Amino acid sequence: MSDAAAGTEEGRGRPPRVPAPSPAPAASAGRLPLGVDGPAALAARLAEAGYLADEGLATAAFLTLALRRPLLLEGDAGVGKTATAAALAEVLDAPLLRLQCYEGIDATQALYDWNFPAQVLHLRTAEAAARRSGRDADPRDERALEAELYDRRFLVARPLLQALETDPVVLLVDEVDRADDEFEALLLEVLGDFTVSVPELGTIRAAVPPVVVLTSNRTREVSDALKRRCYYHWLDHPSYPREVAIVRTRLPGVTERLAREVVSAVQTLRGQDLLKPPGVAETLDWTAALVALGADALDADRVVATLGAVCKFREDQDRARAIDVATLVGRAVTDG
Amino acid sequence: MADAAPPDGAGKQPDGAGSSGGVASPGGGATPGGGAATSLAPVAVGFARALRAAGVDADPTRVHAFVAALDVLAPERTRDVYWAGRLTLCSGPDDLARYDRVFAAFFAGVAVPGRARTARRVQVTAAALATPGSGTADDEAPTVTAVTRHASAYETLRHRDVARLDDHERAELHRLLRAFSLPGELRRTRRRQPARRGPVDRRRTVRALLAAGGEPGRLHRTSPRPRPRRVVLLVDVSGSMAGYADALLRFAHAAVRARRAPTEVFTLGTRLTRVTSELAHRDAETAMRAVSAAIPDWSGGTRLGATLREFLDRWGQRGVARGAVVVVLSDGWETGDPDELATQVRRLSRLAHRLVWANPRAGRPGFAPTAGGMAAALPYCDAFQAGHSLASLEALAAVVAGAATDPPARQHDVATGPTLSAQERGGRDA
Repeated sequence: MSDAAAGTEEGRGRPPRVPAPSPAPAASAGRLPLGVDGPAALAARLAEAGYLADEGLATAAFLTLALRRPLLLEGDAGVGKTATAAALAEVLDAPLLRLQCYEGIDATQALYDWNFPAQVLHLRTAEAAARRSGRDADPRDERALEAELYDRRFLVARPLLQALETDPVVLLVDEVDRADDEFEALLLEVLGDFTVSVPELGTIRAAVPPVVVLTSNRTREVSDALKRRCYYHWLDHPSYPREVAIVRTRLPGVTERLAREVVSAVQTLRGQDLLKPPGVAETLDWTAALVALGADALDADRVVATLGAVCKFREDQDRARAIDVATLVGRAVTDG
Repeated sequence: MADAAPPDGAGKQPDGAGSSGGVASPGGGATPGGGAATSLAPVAVGFARALRAAGVDADPTRVHAFVAALDVLAPERTRDVYWAGRLTLCSGPDDLARYDRVFAAFFAGVAVPGRARTARRVQVTAAALATPGSGTADDEAPTVTAVTRHASAYETLRHRDVARLDDHERAELHRLLRAFSLPGELRRTRRRQPARRGPVDRRRTVRALLAAGGEPGRLHRTSPRPRPRRVVLLVDVSGSMAGYADALLRFAHAAVRARRAPTEVFTLGTRLTRVTSELAHRDAETAMRAVSAAIPDWSGGTRLGATLREFLDRWGQRGVARGAVVVVLSDGWETGDPDELATQVRRLSRLAHRLVWANPRAGRPGFAPTAGGMAAALPYCDAFQAGHSLASLEALAAVVAGAATDPPARQHDVATGPTLSAQERGGRDA
């Protein structure tokens, strides 16, 4: 911790340094929330935050916290990749900085930007002040003014830079597969040694590396160089008991019976070769919709009425309706 | 491999920074679990070697991370070791099954099986090329024609059916194939570039203003930067395509190597295989060897509908095909249900910016797309091309780059693929 803090530098004009070694595991492990000494303890803390992690995800999250190596989560849409970052933020009692990636995102939206209007205003104010005092132009003043223009206060920090300057913090780089290659290269630089180089200011280094979670839906293969710097975890659909537990944790108003029936129906649908198999997010949406309708059990009418919450393709809805709803419900009851 | 993760240093220094691999960490020593990890390092290296043999890319950086993770977890249970390895050594869903297999074998003390796919039916190598169609049960497998030695080789070659070439001509073809590539159709992006006209670029204008001490100057402007659309090539490698698959894969190799447009290549047959990374190798022969090792269903049957569906479910719908120029290189010979094929092609055409179907058999005299699969797919294609000769592949490249697709083939001597009439195209949203 101490030698990591010594690595902080916000000096301007200094040449970028060779990156210091990242903090030792023991040092950063000391920063873990009290009582978290292993994946199981972290899973318990995540559960308190309303997120039920399985063993693999708990281990991944624990290693991410302990070694501050970014975590790359891949998996089908709606399995809870983004929610992982939110739950980690809650466990750490840290702000969650979210960077949504898209094709064409660049440094000014992800790293930093200069506040040009404020800079111009500063320049004009300085000119007006000089005029009023009636002094001749002094080259030293000009140089000072120029330096002032690129002062830290005119720098607008975007999520990546904010994350380096905040501690503790959880940085979520969402849907990194949507960004293009250029942006991925930029990420490599930032996540590799947790520094950002601003030409006018120098290198800004994170005192403590932020907790970073990247998510990808695999619309594009994330580059191997980025993967090599991350822990990789493939997030699968949860098992039946876990999903029931998730529903009951996230929607306290739901009855045990409805939770079991809905989860069972969703898991049946997942086995039906749909265009878009429903994720946990859809399970929760569907249950919430049923609860809003005052349901405490699944029946054919309500399934048909709320199918739009779980099947988002017309073909899938047709297919879901083609399954005898009574069978779906009946199976759910016997499962329960 | 062991030198990249020295046993005594590996336990002490985590690879959190990734790039600072070899830097000694003065304050980073003396962790409680250091001893455990030190003793585990040789095991970790051996395990990684077994993984690499099974096709998982467990490079030294990852092994380093693995050892660091073991250090922190101070594993007492096999499960901890399992997860530490899986999280650090794997890099994709395809790796996970291999990892499980190797892990079980390695830590049970069983000899680890070698490469997953050792038995393959056909090698796409120079030797195999000498006898096109060898190892296939396809009746239509072309034979090397007697007519070989031609003057003005290039012009002749340009229009020859690639399935009917001899070794020498084939080598020439491969050289020519490498020489051109798919440029890709342009699309607008959110990135902008400096331009003479267009909206004012506030950043650059004000930056110039600041540099000039506050004097307003010229207005800088930007325009959207066009980029090539993604190109997705779906190459049919089933038995009926045996004479063409090699040339078409080389065409795909040229497209991937050119890097003008982001390109993805998949092979279709009885299974779907993504071969983009295999084709990324500079040398065509090495790439083709890698491809042949990766394709499990080389020269097998054709279940076009099912494999297209798999492509759409696993890749296409998530974004690979979205807004892309998709080229299906297939004879449309479907042994499965043509209705399923039609359904999947319709899905594909809704996702893709443009769907081009290149059929090598369309180059043969008297071809009509009446076979079940082809007829079912045709209404949803934006362009229908021949794909049997170098000239037709050139024409295909032009179509992919956005050239007019009507008439689809410009060569006088290539039997022109049928042009889609307005009614036929009715199935597709304009």
